[in-house]
Amino acid sequence: MGIPPQLQKQTDTLWELPPTFKQGMRVPARIYGTEKLIRELDAAVFEQISNVATLPGIVKYALCMPDGHSGYGFPIGGVAAMDPDEGVISPGGIGFDINCGMRLVVTNLVLDDVKPTLKTLVDRLYDRVPAGVGSRGLLKVTRSEFRKVIEQGARWCVEHGYGWSEDLEMTESGGAMEGADPSVVSERAIDRGIEQIGTLGSGNHYLEIQTVLAENILDTDKARLLGISRPGQIVVMFHCGSRGFGHQVATDYLQTFLRVMGKKYGIEIPDRELACAPFRSPEGQNYFAAMKCAVNMSFANRQVILHRIREVFSEVLDRPAEELGMHMVYDVAHNTARLEHHEVDGRNRLLVVHRKGATRAFGPGMEELPQRYRDLGQPVIIGGSMETGSYLLLGTKDGAQSFFSTAHGSGRTMSRTRARHLWRGQSLQKEMEQRGIYVRSASWKGLAEEAGDAYKDIDDVVKATALAGISLPVVRFVPLGNVKG
Amino acid sequence: MKSYDYLEDMAIADIAFLARGKDLPETFAAASDALTNVMVEDLDTIRPLEIRAISLQNDDLEMLLFDFLQELIYYKDTDGLALRVPAIEVKRFGAEHHLDAVARGERIDPERHHTRADVKAVTLHHFSLQKTDRGWQARVILDI
Repeated sequence: MGIPPQLQKQTDTLWELPPTFKQGMRVPARIYGTEKLIRELDAAVFEQISNVATLPGIVKYALCMPDGHSGYGFPIGGVAAMDPDEGVISPGGIGFDINCGMRLVVTNLVLDDVKPTLKTLVDRLYDRVPAGVGSRGLLKVTRSEFRKVIEQGARWCVEHGYGWSEDLEMTESGGAMEGADPSVVSERAIDRGIEQIGTLGSGNHYLEIQTVLAENILDTDKARLLGISRPGQIVVMFHCGSRGFGHQVATDYLQTFLRVMGKKYGIEIPDRELACAPFRSPEGQNYFAAMKCAVNMSFANRQVILHRIREVFSEVLDRPAEELGMHMVYDVAHNTARLEHHEVDGRNRLLVVHRKGATRAFGPGMEELPQRYRDLGQPVIIGGSMETGSYLLLGTKDGAQSFFSTAHGSGRTMSRTRARHLWRGQSLQKEMEQRGIYVRSASWKGLAEEAGDAYKDIDDVVKATALAGISLPVVRFVPLGNVKG
Repeated sequence: MKSYDYLEDMAIADIAFLARGKDLPETFAAASDALTNVMVEDLDTIRPLEIRAISLQNDDLEMLLFDFLQELIYYKDTDGLALRVPAIEVKRFGAEHHLDAVARGERIDPERHHTRADVKAVTLHHFSLQKTDRGWQARVILDI
């Protein structure tokens, strides 16, 4: 099965499956992407995004971003806004890795400043930000402290000396979602997460030292306002989530929802991974409060990692992090559900916006943005594969069409199992080193699975978001050093 | 004979496998090896130094397998263990299926074990446990 014949082209970057495509669809399913990206989509995406369109209370459209690929339940890149009174909340619309997200920090260093010490920086980062299977963080907390971490998120970290107060302002939701309730989280989830604060994880999670080439500063004025002031500037970008804690919260509630969905609420769904409950039900509200705990764990995780990055740079370059200008640009989640106000058919409505592998991209003037970005729009961080590059973009006013959501990464085109047959980790590392990218990985096989060619072209994805008007690229970064799980 | 296979085109970002056995214990053991093998390259390098007893019950046999695999992920995160489960009993008591097993393994050590990818969760996407002509077959997609 390829592209379904019912897929209608709306514009050069927007495609629609009408509700007649599948029984039970309440709204159309819309997929963003150039014709090339649409042709590259795996067929299951059409199936999954149209399944999303059957969920109770979905408003306007089920959306898939240009980096979309098949997941379970929702496709990765899926966005769905539900009416909170008539609609559902679904863990499958958020993902197991709740608040998987991206953080970007700038420095006032340039390429020549770090070239002699690049390997040392990467090696020390590899030691201080544990990565890979079964890794544990260096930060030890008691159970009662961990409950505070999941309630207070990055705020807890900054209050305990792991970061600067300005970091919180530059983090989505101020680094802590209000309403997180540790009492609705299982002990098993706490067991799994308590030793993982400050760890990267594995799979597609990474920490990267990057630089910017002159030709890749696409908008000089906006770049400067975001902290990118000159070619050769060094930045650090990383991608990780809520670790075992979030995975367990999602697993727990997936099972809870499966038990009550049909029997108690009479909801029928085409895929068990779309298990859901009415947002206003006790189960729905408990999941939302537990999900917020996982969101906060993830903000705390990235906050501690930022602290380690500052420590390492400061040690290796023998200057305090403040002097190195290591300010955060932004931290943005791409696996969440949030209550947000959106204008729908001329009416301002409160909606439960699910984003799974999709980045919130608020446009200029929106209230939740920090003062520094209020006129500019929200910074959006899109990570590419470790071989290609990454982008810093801004949300736009036109983003209203996608509930202010955009892409989150390159999007895979090839399975891990296939990728590991095509590449070998050791030779990939050597080839990358010849191209000036130094990689440390906890796993050779894991490295091979992340080869650049297993992903879509990041430039294509970003271009599609710009053409569609849902985010605008400002700077493209290239990798220099990479820590992989 | 290796009793599980990873599927190339079933899950783009994650890992899918089929595990087989002549009976339920063998199938469950094959599925547990398939899961652990995603995290540790060579299962023979896992020494049986630590023991975890696993005791589960569920009225849905498929969900019993789901719960069983989740246990291995749990011990990976809480105690850093890579486990193999050679001895498993699956019995039916009325409407309930009971599983008793002893898992053996050791702490994952990147110096000794070639690690691959962390398993975040067992998904229910295309998850199945079915009787076949030769016994049983499980299909599982792991979130990576």
